[in-house]
Amino acid sequence: MRIKNILQYLEATAARLPDKTAFSDGNGGEALSFSALLSATRRIGSSLLSRGGQGARIAVFMDRHPSTIAAMLGVIAAGGCYVVLDASMPEARIIDIVARAGVSLVICDAKNAARAQGLSLPVVDIETLRAAEIDETALALVRTRQIDTDPIYMVFTSGSTGRPKGVVACHRSVIDYAEALLPALGVSQASVFGCQSPLYFDAPLKEILSTLVAGATTYLIPRTAFAFPMQLLTYLREQQINTVCWVVSAFLQISALGALEKYPPTTLKTVVFGSEVFPRSHYDRWRAALPDAVFYQLYGPTEATGMSCVWRADRALEPDEKIPIGAPLDNTDVLLLSEGGTRILPRDGESSEAGEIYLRGSCVTLGYDHAQEETAAAFVQNPLNDAYPETVYRTGDMAQYNGHGELIFLGRRDAQIKIQGHRVEPGEIEAAAMRCDTIAQACCVYVAEVRALVLFYAGSEAADTLRAALGEVLAPYMMPRSIIQKQSLPKTANGKMNRRELLAEAVALLLKKEPI
Amino acid sequence: MEIVINLLKRLHPEIDAANAYGLVDDGILTSLDVVTLIMELNEAFEISIPVEEILPTNFNSAEAIFALVERMQDC
Repeated sequence: MRIKNILQYLEATAARLPDKTAFSDGNGGEALSFSALLSATRRIGSSLLSRGGQGARIAVFMDRHPSTIAAMLGVIAAGGCYVVLDASMPEARIIDIVARAGVSLVICDAKNAARAQGLSLPVVDIETLRAAEIDETALALVRTRQIDTDPIYMVFTSGSTGRPKGVVACHRSVIDYAEALLPALGVSQASVFGCQSPLYFDAPLKEILSTLVAGATTYLIPRTAFAFPMQLLTYLREQQINTVCWVVSAFLQISALGALEKYPPTTLKTVVFGSEVFPRSHYDRWRAALPDAVFYQLYGPTEATGMSCVWRADRALEPDEKIPIGAPLDNTDVLLLSEGGTRILPRDGESSEAGEIYLRGSCVTLGYDHAQEETAAAFVQNPLNDAYPETVYRTGDMAQYNGHGELIFLGRRDAQIKIQGHRVEPGEIEAAAMRCDTIAQACCVYVAEVRALVLFYAGSEAADTLRAALGEVLAPYMMPRSIIQKQSLPKTANGKMNRRELLAEAVALLLKKEPI
Repeated sequence: MEIVINLLKRLHPEIDAANAYGLVDDGILTSLDVVTLIMELNEAFEISIPVEEILPTNFNSAEAIFALVERMQDC
């Protein structure tokens, strides 16, 4: 069967496994079987079509539940493009995202109705959509006219200019991702996922696609469980979760607080991590605690649809060896390019030189929404191809091959950092601070040892007032741990902000044993 | 108690740490905050909070956290 729309996967699986649970909150919360999910998707899609949803950008402003996933799929059924909003996002950020994405309709649940109403856009309640009649003719017409390069979602990532950038992805990239990822991780109908990621990301595609395509089951783990290891471990055991794809900080929460060896989560058979560096000591403890589980590291930017590289941990690492990101997924090509633009190849038995990762393939998304300049800077002509137009994604990530021919992630070319799996551009935080009229200079640095941001600024605004102002525009994970006011910020000899000196000051500040 | 309130203030200067009773329920403390808090409590009070005590009810307010500390000191 030719696949040009990701809903075809859901239709095939619902025919095969109508009564199996697709998505569930667990603990007696909401659950949707495949047939219920398909029905909800088609009802929501039909109702959206009658509201002019085809080709529209539609926001999903709901808490994280199975019906939220039905809303996302319903937007696709209507031929629209979804943008997921989250209650944890500050008001100003939501308004900015909705305006930039050109959202014409907001789907909300009861809990987020008041905030959704405040956006001055048409709002429709999810229950109204789910109660609508299915319009077979209208849905079929969308399907006939749709092509696989039509956009289906937009994910916003941190932008260094101070505003989030919307990455637009189409059916073809997502289909390509599903076809490559599931075999790489050994996903099957027997897989039971415990999903950690928020839905406003591309990260949950791993669980969503595994469920739709392979007929796996996904439990949406409540967010608070990730702060309290005993809750999380109980949840994993009770739902018999056997597969997790989490950011590294979620694993660290369990091992750092002493729960791992005492209560090893032995139901886990497939352990997938990525988006941040897994400290080797903790990684080794996890391997030892779950000797029967298979471990994978994934790597990839949102701009190349979810994940692009995978390493299966099928050998022991040397004590000081970095965990590889491995090799590209099937039908994705990694171009590792030196500064001079030549392709770096693996060397037998020894490490290669370092270069920047460029990604090539159907995984490359359509670009940044309404941002030609930023798109042109990152979605570039393949430097190795002067014969015809070929867009590749320039990641800004530096890597090298190890002696096994596996890719090793080395760090960023620019200042971008990762906090709890979220990409953060310090420039976005600095730009937010500079929006206060009384602030002349701002510099944000990241102290890796304690995974915290420190913001230095020069200006008359009090630190607490600035914190309150930042809280109104920045996502919670972007908030600096400390905000330090100074007379002026240090400059380097050539007049640039002296980030190194400020970083040293931040390290001293956060790692020093201060009197409480 | 003063120490607990100061630790909370340092993590969240925007809240009234002494009178906040939904630190977990209202989503104020993130998972990262909880780890940071536990490390700092362990050090400041020379205690070792076992994972079995790292529960939402023990972290919802400064009072609850201090009660936990006191129980740990009696161990």
